[in-house]
Amino acid sequence: MSSLLYSTVTELSAALAARKISSVELTRACLERIARLNRELNAFISTDEERERSLAAARRADERRARGDAGPLTGIPIAHKDILCTRDFRTTCGSRMLEKYRSPYDAHVVHELERAGAVVTGKTNMDEFAMGSSSESSYFGPVRNPWAKSRVPGGSSGGSAAAVAARMVPAATGTDTGGSIRQPAALSGICGLKPTYGTVSRYGLVAFASSLDQAGPLAKSAADLALLMNAMAGFDARDSTSLEREKEDYSRLLNTQKIQGLRIGVPDQYFGEGIQPGVRKAVEEALRWFTAQGATRVNVELPHLPLGVAVYYVIAPAEASSNLSRFDGVRYGHRASEYSDLLDMYARTRAEGFGAEVKRRILVGTYVLSHGYYDAYYLQAQKVRRLIVRDFQSAFERCDLILGPVAPTTAFEIGAQIEDPVKMYLGDIFTVPGSLAGLPGLSIPCGFDESGLPVGLQLTGDYFSEAKLLGAAHRYQQATDWHLRVPTETPL
Amino acid sequence: MSLSDDQIRRLARLARIALQPGETAEVGSRLNRILELVGQIQAVDTAGIEPMSHALDVVQRLRPDEVGEDDRREAYQSVAPAVEGGLYLVPKVIE
Repeated sequence: MSSLLYSTVTELSAALAARKISSVELTRACLERIARLNRELNAFISTDEERERSLAAARRADERRARGDAGPLTGIPIAHKDILCTRDFRTTCGSRMLEKYRSPYDAHVVHELERAGAVVTGKTNMDEFAMGSSSESSYFGPVRNPWAKSRVPGGSSGGSAAAVAARMVPAATGTDTGGSIRQPAALSGICGLKPTYGTVSRYGLVAFASSLDQAGPLAKSAADLALLMNAMAGFDARDSTSLEREKEDYSRLLNTQKIQGLRIGVPDQYFGEGIQPGVRKAVEEALRWFTAQGATRVNVELPHLPLGVAVYYVIAPAEASSNLSRFDGVRYGHRASEYSDLLDMYARTRAEGFGAEVKRRILVGTYVLSHGYYDAYYLQAQKVRRLIVRDFQSAFERCDLILGPVAPTTAFEIGAQIEDPVKMYLGDIFTVPGSLAGLPGLSIPCGFDESGLPVGLQLTGDYFSEAKLLGAAHRYQQATDWHLRVPTETPL
Repeated sequence: MSLSDDQIRRLARLARIALQPGETAEVGSRLNRILELVGQIQAVDTAGIEPMSHALDVVQRLRPDEVGEDDRREAYQSVAPAVEGGLYLVPKVIE
């Protein structure tokens, strides 16, 4: 049974196809592990406690397979980040505001994965409204890192990352606005992909910053991410920013992507000051592997990269202040129990329903959009955003992908940064520039620091280069086994 | 530039978030640190640069002007804090 939980989606898919295992058997193993570990890790906000729903879905998947109507994900247990709307589970966004919210519809991503036959086991914990890099700001308490339970798993998709790392589910969904898939994948020692903006529909994804939000997969290998992307990506008319493109096979370059001759861009800043020595060492080691296989190292300049955090923390709060104005205690979610009039009801509802970080971002957003400050902050941030995009465009004229760390440090202690928002924000330095540019970014494990905590390698590519990134990562993962290491504090 | 307590209270009013009387100073000090961080962008020369709102500079898609949505009022109102006769209930706003 334990080998089931160790296995990748690719391996499980083959075992299901060969009838070596059934989805019911596999789903039961995952549900048992979730029940055993969730109390200590707090990776899930909602689980299928009676197990009826998941097991019924697993039985349907087994029937589909018996009929010869199965795809690669049919019968694979997964978990959804609790920001994706589901009819079957409540959708809380890690907030008191939506503590009891049951969506009347499924998110596009949820629907597509169900159509592919994936079995949903529950909804994962996260920073409130996806605003954070540690999964500590959840109303439902912090998530713990399976590699060191006193530490954070990263965020905001920290519940999904911890669930995959602790082998509770072989794969999960996440969302990434400024690094929320890539950074928790790195800090939890698993893989995560933020797709090109517009590739995966945002329909049913509770909006944080609409010009940046993008859903994507978290799993144990690059090959698994490709399988999930094949189900998740695609045009959806219900998302006004969804791109009309032909369906793409994200697995197509897994075995054919050449490392020989690949031009790997390396910006100096990625290895400069402020980076933990253990992170730098592991990332440099990975770079050496690529060059040893015949890749060429190209020095690229991203002069505006250091401004990414400042630009992001204007644009994202501005969009958040607008998006979160919908939580007014009228149409859904929490409503204060005592109030004097309508305005007082709004103000008390929002004061009670939102946590400290969400309120801070709404206030910052309100400020940068307010009369007299709009030009100096919001409009200026949008202009610098274009300069950052131009930096990437000129870099991609000289290289095929950009390699660097995902985050400047490995997983930090719970409580160490939560009181210091600016320090927390600066940890997003390597992920926000790609988000602002809408580029695809892949995070894969590439080693451990001196304390045995996982380090993540980030590969950023030009628009729609996901298959190439996954292909290069797959080649790396065939030669190394960092992605298969099992967290020490959650042994099987 | 630093926000005063009065400015923090005004922002909270605009954002429709009630602040407890003792909360203003602490919220203010953190907001000021954040604004100091993001204020870096003001030193950048952006003369002649067009602001960017969409990563791929894509324009909004148009669709034919046809009714495409079902009436799902009941489902949507089933999650509201207070409804009656198909209407959302709020405190009285007109005397």
